[in-house]
Amino acid sequence: MDSKHFHHALKISDDICIGCSHCMNVCPTEAIRVRNGKAILYENRCVDCGECFKACPVSAIFIDQDDFKRIQAYKYRIALVPAVFFGQFPEEISHNQIYTAILANGFTHIYEVETSVDLLANEVKLYAKAHPEKKPLISSFCPAIIRLVQVKFPALTENIMRLKPPLDITALYCRKELTDKGINPAEIGVFYITPCAAKIAAIKSPVGEDYSMITGVINMDTLYNKVYKYIRNDRSLNQVVIPKKPLSKTAWQWTLTHGEAKHVPGRSLAIDEIHNVIEFLEKIETDEIGDIDFLELRACDESCAGGVLLSANRFLVAERLRSYSPVAKDEISEKESIFTYTDYLLRRISIQPINPRSMMKLDENMEEAMRKMDKSSQMLQCLPLTDCGACGSPNCQAFANDIALGEADIRQCIFIQKNREQTGELTPDESLEMLKSIWGNVKFFSNRK
Amino acid sequence: MRFEYNIEAGNFTKAGDASSSFKKILKQLNVDPQVIKRIVVSLYEGEVNIVAHANGGKVICDVDTSRVTIQLIDVGPGIPDIEKAMQAGYSTASAKVREMGFGAGMGLQNIKNNADELIIKSEVGVGTKLTIIVNLNKI
Repeated sequence: MDSKHFHHALKISDDICIGCSHCMNVCPTEAIRVRNGKAILYENRCVDCGECFKACPVSAIFIDQDDFKRIQAYKYRIALVPAVFFGQFPEEISHNQIYTAILANGFTHIYEVETSVDLLANEVKLYAKAHPEKKPLISSFCPAIIRLVQVKFPALTENIMRLKPPLDITALYCRKELTDKGINPAEIGVFYITPCAAKIAAIKSPVGEDYSMITGVINMDTLYNKVYKYIRNDRSLNQVVIPKKPLSKTAWQWTLTHGEAKHVPGRSLAIDEIHNVIEFLEKIETDEIGDIDFLELRACDESCAGGVLLSANRFLVAERLRSYSPVAKDEISEKESIFTYTDYLLRRISIQPINPRSMMKLDENMEEAMRKMDKSSQMLQCLPLTDCGACGSPNCQAFANDIALGEADIRQCIFIQKNREQTGELTPDESLEMLKSIWGNVKFFSNRK
Repeated sequence: MRFEYNIEAGNFTKAGDASSSFKKILKQLNVDPQVIKRIVVSLYEGEVNIVAHANGGKVICDVDTSRVTIQLIDVGPGIPDIEKAMQAGYSTASAKVREMGFGAGMGLQNIKNNADELIIKSEVGVGTKLTIIVNLNKI
């Protein structure tokens, strides 16, 4: 996919951004710079992990969602709710109260995203068995990880399992089930309640998929607030009972760390938090670690329980999800189960190959890339290696590359500035202007409060 | 372009550092990801050999637009019979080491499988020089 068309759900509001560079310093792919007192995003490097969102002290980074009112454009309004949504509520609030509150907020149907997990879990096992040459197999579950592999570990894109994640399978299932009941597909709106930015990006520009079955995305905190408010006002007394197959224990825990890996036979590892994943993939790429069959990799600490749009503490959410037991078997109505559609769904469970989109290259042309690398290493030798970030780039190495790429000027380095002021190559005024071009004028007002 | 790395004898915690640094460079030079993998896998294998068997050495990587040439030069015991060493499964490792999962005699084989060319020169009691060549324009 062309990088120009790569959708990002993470947006920076220039009006709110104070140019503090916290986001720049935590970005695992060095996708952020500071210019004119504002953070800017290099879109082809961003993997939508959400680290910047968490680090921003003034909430200038936001996750672009659909307007909640948009659901009303459809007669049948499906909420696709991930298991972690339920884990945010205290134990005394029942799942039926939560269902009731979701419906009261305008949805007509609720499908838990993990409804498809039992079907998928079996397919993952078969897939792993059928593709012994692609070891280690990398789970296709976390969209931030798929993007990370594309941009930072392009040689490993072939290892990504080509099976749809639960969200896409459940979206297919709910549409099919409703249209089979005679409902006009044009009247169905499927809205995903997302725990993170990466899922939104994956829906708006799917990787390995031609199009997405999902109509729109609502941030999980938005619905959480609506549902919690409804329940707190005690309006959930007339509880509805959802006549659906309850989630199995496997399904409740699938999106937690180890939830997926423990069901894959052989030697499986579960690694969460994006820096941990990067550290591990560096070694996998060199074949330093062999004999691993399956890798469950998740960008967030505690996997989806640590999604940036969750309101409750991630450890509590994980603990609650682990405590949910499946409802007794006689309560399950097989007729309404996803397994009625097994054939239909399995025919559509594959995804296209995932293409590499390396962001590491200095130039498309190798000769030119070598020239730029030469320049970058020359520049690095002049830099202080303090990684202070005052130049507006995350570290000296990234700054040297930025210079080689023509995106920065060596005089942005404050150490270089001091030197050149000493030798008379730069006047104090020029030096100040240079800093203003990075950090904005406002930080240099002497009576700033 | 030339890149050089020193390899410390016996320090397994640092084995892989040269491969890791060189991998980053190849990515920046827009070398095909699958070719990078072959280069780095053979370099890593050679690097570990120096750490494990020699008294230290160095790696010299030369890159141009058509090929990558890696020289792994060590000061060490040398290989008495190169032909034998190249045979899959041939190993000088003790039974004890093999029990631990090392010394399966596949190291040089693995390099050969990943490289387009492998030249070994060795002198017993002096050292070994491996030259690994991987062509870049062939995919």
